[in-house]
Amino acid sequence: MSRIQATFEKLKQDNRRALIPFFTAGDPSLALTVPLMHAVADAGADVIELGVPFSDPMADGPVIQRASERALKHRMTLRGVLGMVAEFRTKNSITPVVLMGYGNPIEAMGWELFAKRCEEVGVDGVLTVDFPPEESHEAFLHLQRHGIDPIFLLAPTTEEARIEKVAKLARGYVYYVSLKGVTGAGNLDLSDIAKKIPQLRKHIKLPIGVGFGIRDAATANAVAKLCDGVVVGSRIVQEIEASTEQNVIANVGALINELRQAVDQA
Amino acid sequence: MYDYPDSTGHFGPYGGIYMAETLIPAVEELRVQYLRYRNDPEFKAEFAYELKHYVGRPSPIYHAKNWSDRLGGAQIYLKREDLNHTGAHKINNAIGQALLARRMGKKRVIAETGAGMHGVATATVAARYGMECVVYMGAEDIVRQAPNVYRMKLLGATVVPVESGSRTLKDACNEAIRDWVTNVESTFYIFGTAAGPHPYPMMVRDFQCVIGNEARIQMPEMIGRQPDAVIACVGGGSNAIGLFHPYIEEKQVEIIGVEAGGHGIISGSHAAPLTSNSKVGVLHGNKVYLMQDDDGQIIETHSISAGLDYPGVGPEHCWLKDIGRAQYVAIDDDEAMQAFHDLCRFEGIIPALESSHALAHAAKIAPAMGRDKVLLVNLSGRGDKDINTVARLSGISL
Repeated sequence: MSRIQATFEKLKQDNRRALIPFFTAGDPSLALTVPLMHAVADAGADVIELGVPFSDPMADGPVIQRASERALKHRMTLRGVLGMVAEFRTKNSITPVVLMGYGNPIEAMGWELFAKRCEEVGVDGVLTVDFPPEESHEAFLHLQRHGIDPIFLLAPTTEEARIEKVAKLARGYVYYVSLKGVTGAGNLDLSDIAKKIPQLRKHIKLPIGVGFGIRDAATANAVAKLCDGVVVGSRIVQEIEASTEQNVIANVGALINELRQAVDQA
Repeated sequence: MYDYPDSTGHFGPYGGIYMAETLIPAVEELRVQYLRYRNDPEFKAEFAYELKHYVGRPSPIYHAKNWSDRLGGAQIYLKREDLNHTGAHKINNAIGQALLARRMGKKRVIAETGAGMHGVATATVAARYGMECVVYMGAEDIVRQAPNVYRMKLLGATVVPVESGSRTLKDACNEAIRDWVTNVESTFYIFGTAAGPHPYPMMVRDFQCVIGNEARIQMPEMIGRQPDAVIACVGGGSNAIGLFHPYIEEKQVEIIGVEAGGHGIISGSHAAPLTSNSKVGVLHGNKVYLMQDDDGQIIETHSISAGLDYPGVGPEHCWLKDIGRAQYVAIDDDEAMQAFHDLCRFEGIIPALESSHALAHAAKIAPAMGRDKVLLVNLSGRGDKDINTVARLSGISL
């Protein structure tokens, strides 16, 4: 059983929802990424989505764009991110790690080498924002070969026939993009999500995580009531941006604690 | 028979629909609607009418005799896209997409622009058809192309400066995509070049093919045959593919695309992914030759001309390069400037800096060719927008 599957099964037994924080590797510094991963895991994160920075993050709002720019300024590379996961795994063999980003850095490395390295260092899932199922044949093949879950996105605009198609390919969990917009946008509509989730459930047997636009404990709590996992990205990256190197671990840990409580009260 | 893209939008390994999920249904809807209207007689008739009466087509072909004589070799003919309404080939595509947008019931159009010509064309058609228009433009380009920014504003468009990344065309594309993902139901993205997710590379090409289709009729009328070579500048490559595509089956006609060599290919400071043998990668919805570092990050490009200052290139050009039907070369900033000045002085035509790259390559190869040889160069736009850049490079302040 994969780490992701084990995590969601345990959550289900406990009747809890997953808290899935996202932040960008290499932000605020190369040295702080692994400590941040441990901090969020210790504070109650169930899955960590670790952002691989890209020069042209087309699906991201300004907050995560800036995080990518900072990380790239620190010369964060895909190889470097894989190394960080390896380091994280020396002390944590339980918390699933999903790499999230855009396809080109992986294309540049080559999918086979990338998937092999993912397996070696203990990456559990990969989400490439700009690789829809139609263009993911090669990626899927290599990820499968090395036991890495391809995580797919579904959106408010996704119609039933496509949901069915994605259901066949997806592994691990499915990430539902809660709104029409970029990450961190302010137009979250809970009733839209409430309407869409049952439509997804008809075809998707995997756990459904919801993300984009979840900005505080209250929205995390409300969204958690509707799905199996809550992804929080921009809000965490904002906390990182507003902190100093000295207090960032404590601040992010406290934020995760707060979100954890909110999700558990759902 | 050359017949690309395939039904999934691929030109060999290039092209595709590499977009975030939220936009996949939008590009799929666009594909279905475009295929529906592509051969619709009423759509085609309206497009032809607009090109004739609003744009002023067909654009003439002009024999640049003075310049050819000075070069002392092949005769250079110019396809005068600079004489189109709004001053460049961009209007052909903007009209085609606007007509489609109207049929799809979209009231708001957005666009990215580099040199500003596509932004002006989009603002123009938005005014013409009564649509709201927002144009994204890199902050760097806004400085380089100030006159075009004001033109767009006069036409009623909102111009949004893009401050992220290299603050040029690619960043304007990123921002337009972010707008589209947010306003996907109300908005039609009028993409300016023959790149991006399927069906854009095919659709933009089809609308621009009016250039080559006219030339194939005009050249025999003028010289009794087709030219020996057709030459066009390539950024994303829409003016080039519009000229080239109708000539693909004319095997005796050589096809030459001219990329922006910037400070020279060896310097690394250029915008020539094909000529510099860049690796294949994925950006802005398609898989193409792409300027990137070893880690797959897109690198900053340089060209004197904002319209060519882009790290990728349309997927069909990638394929034409691979199958050997077209060759791609680079012209550096200085060579383009020389051609710019020569055309001004010897022919009384101020060319766009983008088109000056194609002109410079013609000037480079013409002298070694016989006087009976003919080169057809796409003069894709006029250079009024570039006078500030040229003056600054000449040490003159306007």
